[in-house]
Amino acid sequence: MAEEFEPKIVAFLCKWCSSAGSDLAGVSRMQYPPNVVPITVMCSGSVSPLYILSAFNKGADGVLVSGCHPGDCHYIKGNYYARRRIALVKELMEYIGLEPDRFQMSWVSAAEGIKYTKIIKDFVNILKPLGPQTNLRRSQ
Amino acid sequence: MKKRTGVFVCHCGINIAGTVDVKKVADKLGKHKAVAHSEDYVYMCSDPGQNLITNAIKEHKLDSIVVSCCSPTLHEKTFQNAAKAGGINEFQSEIANIREQCSWVHKDKEKATIKAEKITRSAVERVNKNESLEPISFPVTRRAMVIGAGIAGIQAALDMANTGYEVVLVEKNPSIGGHMIQLSETFPTLDCSQCILSPKMVEVSKHENIKLLTYSEVQEISGYVGNFNVKIKKNPTFVDPDKCTLCDECTKVCPVLTSDEFDLGLTGRRAIYMPFPQAIPATYTLDDKHCPGLLPIACGKCADVCDPGAIDYDMKPEIIEEEVGAIVIATGFDLYEKEEMGEYGSGKYPDVLDGLQFERLCSASGPTQGEVLRPSDHKVPKEVVFIQCSGSRDPEQHCAYCSKICCMYTAKHAMLYKHHVPDGQAYIFYIDIRSGGKGYEEFVQRAVEEDGVVYLRGKVSKIFEYNGKIRVWGVDTLAGKDIEIDADMVVLAQAMRPSKDADKLAKLLKISIDKDGFLQEAHPKLRPVESVTAGMFLAGAAQAPKDIPEAVAQASGAAAKALAILSQENLFHSPQVAKSIPNLCTGCGMCVDVCPYDALSLKNGKVEVNEVLCEGCGTCSATCLRAAIEVKNITPYQIYEMINASLGG
Repeated sequence: MAEEFEPKIVAFLCKWCSSAGSDLAGVSRMQYPPNVVPITVMCSGSVSPLYILSAFNKGADGVLVSGCHPGDCHYIKGNYYARRRIALVKELMEYIGLEPDRFQMSWVSAAEGIKYTKIIKDFVNILKPLGPQTNLRRSQ
Repeated sequence: MKKRTGVFVCHCGINIAGTVDVKKVADKLGKHKAVAHSEDYVYMCSDPGQNLITNAIKEHKLDSIVVSCCSPTLHEKTFQNAAKAGGINEFQSEIANIREQCSWVHKDKEKATIKAEKITRSAVERVNKNESLEPISFPVTRRAMVIGAGIAGIQAALDMANTGYEVVLVEKNPSIGGHMIQLSETFPTLDCSQCILSPKMVEVSKHENIKLLTYSEVQEISGYVGNFNVKIKKNPTFVDPDKCTLCDECTKVCPVLTSDEFDLGLTGRRAIYMPFPQAIPATYTLDDKHCPGLLPIACGKCADVCDPGAIDYDMKPEIIEEEVGAIVIATGFDLYEKEEMGEYGSGKYPDVLDGLQFERLCSASGPTQGEVLRPSDHKVPKEVVFIQCSGSRDPEQHCAYCSKICCMYTAKHAMLYKHHVPDGQAYIFYIDIRSGGKGYEEFVQRAVEEDGVVYLRGKVSKIFEYNGKIRVWGVDTLAGKDIEIDADMVVLAQAMRPSKDADKLAKLLKISIDKDGFLQEAHPKLRPVESVTAGMFLAGAAQAPKDIPEAVAQASGAAAKALAILSQENLFHSPQVAKSIPNLCTGCGMCVDVCPYDALSLKNGKVEVNEVLCEGCGTCSATCLRAAIEVKNITPYQIYEMINASLGG
């Protein structure tokens, strides 16, 4: 039997909420699949659409951007900018023939370790049936 | 030029090594072209661990380090200092979090090891392009603000003012004192609450370093640690405190009667009133929600009898601006409303009181001058049922958390009741008795042994009026029996919840709240008095339910933390700020528009960064179409390399 497909996920986590939330998941020893490699950025608003496309280009099967809840951004309004960009990225993905489900945005506060765990588990479950992402992957 | 990076992989005992093959990670990374040295050690944060790093930097001529260990929130500073001790710039140190984000959340050793390698490689790629930076220095406004003037706020303000720094104390009510001034006696000593608090209140009002703003609310805040600008709205009291002689003639003629907040509705007050006799500032307030006289044709009686002419119906709200370097937030608590307790009568029975109402009833300055009487018919209650955990520890219907003080204050209430009505009987329904604290367990024992309070272990399922009494249906789980008591009075130990509008204030101040609405501390164990925002500190029940000694201790802790800022002439700002690349900048100004801190401006058609204002969020960098602005040490180039490493490429 072929080995089950394990999607590779890059997660851009803002330092103040989502990265802290994922730390809390760790401190509370919650378990989630190891498919995700986090990159901590200062703010979800600093995540350029190019980072997301670059991740797909380098072979990611899914990309997550997670920031503070709307209204709770450590930098006042960075997550609002992120939210607006995300809408565009989703449209762009559809346009270039990439399943929009491969890209997720979430709001995870520093107190939401459980939510972070759930988001990762759910994302892996969404990505598994989609199979490997090949549309944007550069040739090896 | 490629760097000579050192990689140091920590076992953290078995916290990391139990799931991640740390030796394999160190070996793998050792083969990376930019890594000149790699090793693992059992506790990198220990003294020998740090020395190992410092020595390796010197021995292997390293110019940068990556430590694979716990979250950067814990030891980033530790290893930056180790880097400094080794003679390299602190910003040539990066943390790879392989504990909270890897070993603790996975069980599969092989997969966790691969992930740890990726995380570590990602950090190696990042540090490879890190610049050496020096912290940016800026001056501090050496005065503080305290928001909330209950016991915690008062303590914090006094502590700071006594060291010589000016403090602005902001309170939304007409008087300072908070809930503590409403209490009758305090556990476990039965000290009179007013007697121990009012001297502190007077000290606040007389202190030359404290500027007291009562009946005032914070409206706006800008700035950053060391230099906050706060706009405060001072509501009009319509009474000039300098002219008012406290003659009390005004209340005698006021035609309005409304419920008294200080006595929690057990008595009434006039529209012009003094909250309580010991109020600070000692003056009257005209409550514009109830007074018809703001339209002087309608009333105006109080102004007519006011000989000194202290009443001014035209007083307007005032906006006061204050510059401060640090802020202590002590906004306290409110009780969970009786109205929320459908099972306990939704607040519709007059003889079902909450804990604070019972305090007023016992208080010598209360509505009955300290006699315990039923509000409904002013008879002495002969049987009183006290219900603990009313609204607490009930995740299905009310608050999930334990309100912490109710076991103690209910024991106190039962004792006070017995001291007032020696031939009465007090029953206490409880789930557990939590009497952790100095002298607390002895206090509960005293209630049982000396005052004959009957403790019944079990919950009350329902209370309702029956034949002029309050029928209580409960269960004694120790005896395994249903219990029915026809009580003359029931006292509900209502849960503590954050004070009303604390969430709005938190939003304004940009500090977080937890799932229950209490203010979130920066770290539950190690930074319990700091908020996540630098320069803002937490004290008292606003952060979590707590009793008076804990609130006072936390307030002094918050004051000490704030003083650590005020005592410095200059603070240092992270140099990881935006940097423009003038060759690429076309001066379109999109980054200027999105900057939340007004740190960017256009000069001669190119963007310029004000490094003191910039917080390094990077929103500008994601907005620029030409990559003409980036945040130092987390540039797009670094991110692309990190993405590559994260995907094992």
